[in-house]
This record gives sequence, structure tokens and C-alpha cells, in this order.
Amino acid sequence: MHLPCKFGINESAFRLHGGRTLLVYGKVHMDIELRGIHKRFGSVHANNDINLTFNEGRIIGILGENGAGKSTLMKILSGFQPADEGDILIDEQRVDYTGPLAAISHGIGMLQQDPLDVGAFTVLENFIYGSSPRFLPNRREAQKRLKDITNRFGFDLHPSTPIASLSIAQRQQLEIIRLLALGVKALILDEPTTGISAEQKETLFDALKNLAKNDGMIVLLVSHKLEDVIALCDEVAVLAGGRIVGERDLPATPAELVKMMFGEEIKPQSRAVVDLSHAPEVMRLDKLCVHSKRVQVDNLSFSLRAGEVIGFAGLDGSGQEMAMRAMAGLEHAHRGGVFINGVDLTNRPYTQFTRAGVTFCAAGRVEEGLIAGLTLTEHMALVQHTGSRIDWPAARQTMKEQIKHYDIRGKATDPIEALSGGNQQRVLMALLPEQPVALVLENPTRGLDVDSARWIWEQLLRRRNVGTGIVFGSPDLDELVAYSDRIFVFYAGQVVEVPDVRKTSVDELGRMIGGHFEEFVTEEGALHAEPA
Amino acid sequence: MQNPRETALQLGFAALAIIASLALSAGLIILIDREPLEVIETLWQGAFGSSERVAGVFNFWIPLTLSSLGLIVTFRAGLWNIGVEGQIMAGAVFASGVALFVPAPQVIRVPLAIAASVVGGVLWALLAGVLKTRLGVHEIFGGVALNAIANVITNFLVGNLWSPPGGNALDTGPFDDAARIPFYSDGFQTSIAMIVLVIVIAIAVVVMLSGTRWGLELKATGKNPRSALLLGVATEKTSLSAFAFCGALAGLAGAYRVLFFYGTLRPLASGGVGFLGILVALLVGNQALWVPLVTFAFGALLFGSTRLRITQQLDASIAKTLQGTLVLLVILSGGLRARLLNRSNQPAAEPTTTSEPNPVITEAKSYE
Repeated sequence: MHLPCKFGINESAFRLHGGRTLLVYGKVHMDIELRGIHKRFGSVHANNDINLTFNEGRIIGILGENGAGKSTLMKILSGFQPADEGDILIDEQRVDYTGPLAAISHGIGMLQQDPLDVGAFTVLENFIYGSSPRFLPNRREAQKRLKDITNRFGFDLHPSTPIASLSIAQRQQLEIIRLLALGVKALILDEPTTGISAEQKETLFDALKNLAKNDGMIVLLVSHKLEDVIALCDEVAVLAGGRIVGERDLPATPAELVKMMFGEEIKPQSRAVVDLSHAPEVMRLDKLCVHSKRVQVDNLSFSLRAGEVIGFAGLDGSGQEMAMRAMAGLEHAHRGGVFINGVDLTNRPYTQFTRAGVTFCAAGRVEEGLIAGLTLTEHMALVQHTGSRIDWPAARQTMKEQIKHYDIRGKATDPIEALSGGNQQRVLMALLPEQPVALVLENPTRGLDVDSARWIWEQLLRRRNVGTGIVFGSPDLDELVAYSDRIFVFYAGQVVEVPDVRKTSVDELGRMIGGHFEEFVTEEGALHAEPA
Repeated sequence: MQNPRETALQLGFAALAIIASLALSAGLIILIDREPLEVIETLWQGAFGSSERVAGVFNFWIPLTLSSLGLIVTFRAGLWNIGVEGQIMAGAVFASGVALFVPAPQVIRVPLAIAASVVGGVLWALLAGVLKTRLGVHEIFGGVALNAIANVITNFLVGNLWSPPGGNALDTGPFDDAARIPFYSDGFQTSIAMIVLVIVIAIAVVVMLSGTRWGLELKATGKNPRSALLLGVATEKTSLSAFAFCGALAGLAGAYRVLFFYGTLRPLASGGVGFLGILVALLVGNQALWVPLVTFAFGALLFGSTRLRITQQLDASIAKTLQGTLVLLVILSGGLRARLLNRSNQPAAEPTTTSEPNPVITEAKSYE
């Protein structure tokens, strides 16, 4: 079935090896085989003799703890890293590629956790970008094509929307169709459901199933969310310690998959229920209003008690980031007040909040939190407020103690950028005061593997246990449910408190962050903020 | 906190850059049919041939060192204080105001004029600072505009308000002797007090930048203001303090230009000392310790080159060519050194499977 291709944008990109075009014109054929893949990083054997076959039309879940080697394997497959040994075979032909673009030309594309799009462009420009070799691309044809694809999958993308105002889910959708337009026949997704709502997840999964079933695409889903894998995949491969430790077809129960991953069932981290009714209030928001061009939060009121953990749920840009910043004097409050231990600090500078015992931690470690070019000791000296002269030996001594205490891989004299991401996160924890009044954390475990995330929470809960109140945001609903005493859900600036955190589920929360409040808000579920 | 190998490498590269720029300049001199060694001899004689000439070198050195030290402080805070020229002029104008209109004996009038110059420089610098921190006007654009405004105001004062009766509108007429900074002796016409003051300030800047909380806050703000804020630095105050400090030193430099060098206020009295200070700050890579030495070399080069025209029929701008190539080559060698260090350090920074924050993007780059 050969159809003439008359699209303005790169025709060859739409045409596959057999001369057929993707997306509308029937099935493709492709099998991928990995043979004896090895990859070492120093002493770590990240991939150890991996043999796997992925067949046309199948959705395969790649499971494993972080550090198990699944990301490494996917990066090898998508051309971001070369393997040390082993072969990749596509349709029984050995292929050798030198980078992601070459992998795409062989039909394998990867959707990154943070989509790699160009922020200043519109949806249409991003779609054209990379897919048209022509100096002056035919915008109208491209627009029609974009519309066809978005319609097919029910994607919510308008061609003229700038990327900067898209949600994570929309950027994902755009990246998927861009990869499809480039002729990709195997799609790798790395944790695609973090930071998107239940509804957006459904759209995404429908599209992926549609692509596998109707177009014969191979979909590889890297995830540690078992519900997602069970809902979507036809089969799973489990990695541990760099090896394949199990393969099976689905369906399976979560317990069976956990057993494959860990060899035994793991009990969820249990959380002691603490009675906070007599704990003193450490922070109070009184009808706080914060506005930005895109979203406004109005009349947000609540009290944070000593030893309480409040989680903020919501899609990117729903107002929770702004509210958290306003709580620490980092965002201007239009109206209302922020009280720390009863003292009005509304719109005071952040330095006054720190003096009052409030510390804010931003999501980006190096962009906002640590300073590239400064050594660990210099960081310590900065947070140590000890008069106008710096006692360098003392600062170095403290940092050395903290390095030991927090098991940081690095020296006091190292510049911070020489440390790995996980160790930078540990340094941030080491710089936190031991007993702050309140901590406001934007996304404390961003990009961390399960073990490191657990470690971070140990540190945070240790402070919680001595009376620190914690407000944190997270795109990870499991994390919110696991650690919060109360959860506030933000949607387009509206804020609703989850009625009973102990009874809520990740599913329920997923629907709430997508804006479906009504069914969950009972009489006592107070609406904390409404548009003025 | 550098290891000896890095320091040696740094010095080696700097030496290489100096040799290369000398060679380039020598080539240029040969090209215009002169003898390089003779030119150097003339320069040397021009700068150090007599005690009067050495004094002349110091008269360049004093304002240049002051403005360079001030710029080091703003650069440390990540602020490209291009407005330093205007700050020098503001200092000069304020000092001139006191020199012209306060009828007091020298022991009062000169210190008062100097204090006024500091006030003028600080105010003009804070204007750029407030534009930057409060209104989001980048300090380069704000600085360029404020430089122009400072020059216009000076021209207006010289041509109108402060023009002496029957004046020539080129300057405000000579100040009273009681308004001028006294010089050491007829054979050594420079101010020892000012030289001592500059040395004290240089030491203070070195100590402040390396050993005080303020110095660390400047560095943190300069490298990453958003992170610095979250680590407890009042970044806005820090930026403004850097501007104010630079303004104070620039004001002092302006005072020296009018109260000593010219003995009158005239347009462009700064003589480009501010812009030259920017070159010095770039040249020393923001290491305050080197500033007095480099500015001395620059002063010698500048003052020495004035004799080139007389003995070699050469334009003095050859000295500026030498300065320009020197700065360019030193910066270039710095970049080369950084690359070299990067390459040799690479094996140590091997990625691990577990803790790289975003290895994909860095690796992707290496494929392109």
C-alpha cells in the first residue's frame, strides 16, 4: 500500500522503510532485539548481559528500582549512550548508531521526563522544527497535519499556543507527535505519568494503546508505578542490579510484580498518626491572595501546626508554587497575611523569614539552592551567620562533620558542581537548620530515586519530630499520600482540602488535580479559596 | 583554595599571554619601520627616566587603581558596572563644588572636597543600582545612560553655571591653591598621602573579599543570586552595597583627577580611567591582589608612551594597542586554560547510574 505523500513538511520523515507513511495509513513492521548489552560506569556494571526482544504492536513495561539499569538501557537503545558491548538488531539487521538523531532515523525515539522542546516557540513551530529540512517550511500544510494527528488522539493542543504556557502533559503530547512525525516506530517513555492528572493519563494511555494496536508501534514504558504498568502494558521486563531478573506477560497483580522486582513483598512505609490538635500553630495564612498573569490564588487560609506535614497537590502552574513562595516572602502577596509564630511577616523579605525560622527549598537544586562555583565550605559559611568576619577553619570543620553525618561523597573544598545530583541534595539537607520553625519545600525529591527520596524524608521527618511544621509540594501523588497529614489540592488557583487523607487514594487525588472537585468535596471539606 | 598545579598553570598562561602580546606589538612596530627595542627603551625612559616621571606614573596609578578596585567589587557581585566613568565624573563634580565655593583653609577644604566626591560617586552608583534592583534596568544600559548624563551635567556646569567671568568654557578656571591636594616635592609631584590611602584600600579590598561575610555574599550573589537569596543573602542589599563601594572609590578617583591632576573641572576629566579599570579587572581575573601591580604597569605604559611622539615620532596610541592585545590574549589564555583543566579532570567526574541529575542532556551534547 503505497500512498503518494504530498505534505509540505519533510516527506521522507513521514515515509517509512517500506515506503508507507505512519499514523493514518496502516501498520508498520518492526522488531527490536537486544543481544548481550553491557555497560559499565567505573566499577558499576549498569547493564550486565541484557538480552531482550520487543515485538511489533506490543507495549512493554520496563520495571526496576532506580539504579537497576533501566534508564541506562533505554538511553543505549535511543542512542543517547553507546553500549560497551552487545548489539541492537532491528528486523534482524544489526544497527549501529551514533546519537539520538541516528536512532530516530532507525525508528526509535525516546520521550524524556522533561520534554526537550524549544520554550520560545509555539506548538506549530515546535512541530515543524526538526521535521522540515526546508528553509521556509509550509506552515499551512504542517498545521493541517498537526490538526489531523491531535484529532486522532484527542490531544488538546492548539497550534499557536506558546510552549511556555503548556502543561507538562501537553508538552508530552507534542513531543510524542513530533517523534511520530519523524517516523518513529518504537516509542520509549520515561516516567511519563509524573506531574499529569488522571484524565491526562487516560488520554495518553489511550493514544499509546491506539498506536500499538492500529499502527503496530512498539511502546516501552519505563516506570516504577506498578498501577500504570498494569493498566497499560502487555508484558513486563524487570531489571535489578543491571540484569534482567524476570519477564512475563500481563495481567499480573501488583504484589506479583513487586515480588519480581524485590524478591519479596515490601510493606508500604507506615506513618504514625500523630494527634496535632494541641500542637502550637507555627504559621498561619490569612486570606492570602497571590496573583500572576496565568493564575491567581485568592483567600487562602490555613494554619500549620508544629510537627504537621501539609502536602500541596496540583498540576504545574495551578498556583501551589506561587502560594508556597508567598509563604516565605519570595512572592508578592496582593492581599491577606502570612504570620509566623503569630508575627505578621506579610511581604517582608525572605531574610526576615529565615530569621523567624522559616526555610524555603526550591525544586531546582543547582539553579535555586546551591551556587555553582562555591565550595561546600563556602556554602556552610553562608548559612552560618557568624558576624562579619568568617571563621574559615570553623566553617570547614562544621562542613566536614556534616559530610560525615550525611554521608556525602565529596570533600569540603570541592566546588558544589563537582558532586553528583544525589550528593548535592544531601548537601542541601546538611545546610538546613536542625530545628527550623517551618520548612516550605517546592518538590523535595525531584529527580531522585526511591532510596534517595526515602532518605530525604527521613531527614525531613526527623525535623518534623522535633516540632518543625512542613509544607511541601510534589507532582508525585504517592509521596503526597504517604507523608502528608493534610493535603490541599490546587486547580487553576482554586484550593480544596482533601477531606480525609488517610482514606484518600492516589486515583482520587489524580482526578482532583485534574479539576474534578465536586465528587470529593463533602460538607466538611472546606473550600479554602475561591475566585474573588 | 587552589592547588599549586593550577596556580602554576595560571601563571604560566599569563606569562605566555604577555609574551605573545609583546611579540605582536613588536611585530606591529617593525611593520611601521621602527626598532622595537628602541621603542621599549623610550617607554622605559618615559616612565622611569627621572623622579618627576615616576611621580607622573603614580598620578595615573592612583585613580586607575581606585576605579579598578571598585570594579573588582562590583564584578564579584556579578554587576557590570559600566557606569564607573559617570561615577568618577560625579565625584569630580562634587569635589569641584566644594573646591570652588567653600572658602575654607586647605586642611578643611581638601578633606571636605574629598568627602563630597565620595558622596557624589556613591549617589551616582546607587542610582544605577536602584535602576537595576528595583526597576530591572540592566546595569550596563543604566550605566551607559548615566555616563552620558554625567558628562552633559559637567559640560553644563563648566560652560554655564560654574564658568568663571570671562572664562573660556573649557574649564571652571584654576582652583585656589587651598583647594588642591598638595604634592610631595617639586621633584616628585605626587601625593604620598593618596598613595598610602590607595595601598590601604587595596589591602582592605583583598581582605574583605576573602575573609568577610560581605565578600562571600558578593561572590554568592554574583554567581547565582536566586540561590544566594535562599541561602540567606539579602541579595538586593548586597548588590547595592557593591555599587556604593565602587561609587565611593570612583568618586575618590574623580577627586584626584580634579583636585590634583588638573586643578580645575573640565569635561571628560576622568580621562577614561574608568573604562581602563574595566580592562584591568578583566585582566586580573577579578583577583584584587594583582590590581596595584597591573595598574602600575598600565600607568607606566600610558605615561611612558607620551614621550614616544617626541623621540620616535610615534603616536602614543601604540601603548593602547599593546594594552588591548594584552587584555585580549590574557582572557583568551584563561579560556584555553579552563579547557585544558576540564579535559584533564574529566575522568574524575564519571557519571554513576544512580545519582546524575540529568545525564541525558549532557551526554546528548557530546554527540553533536
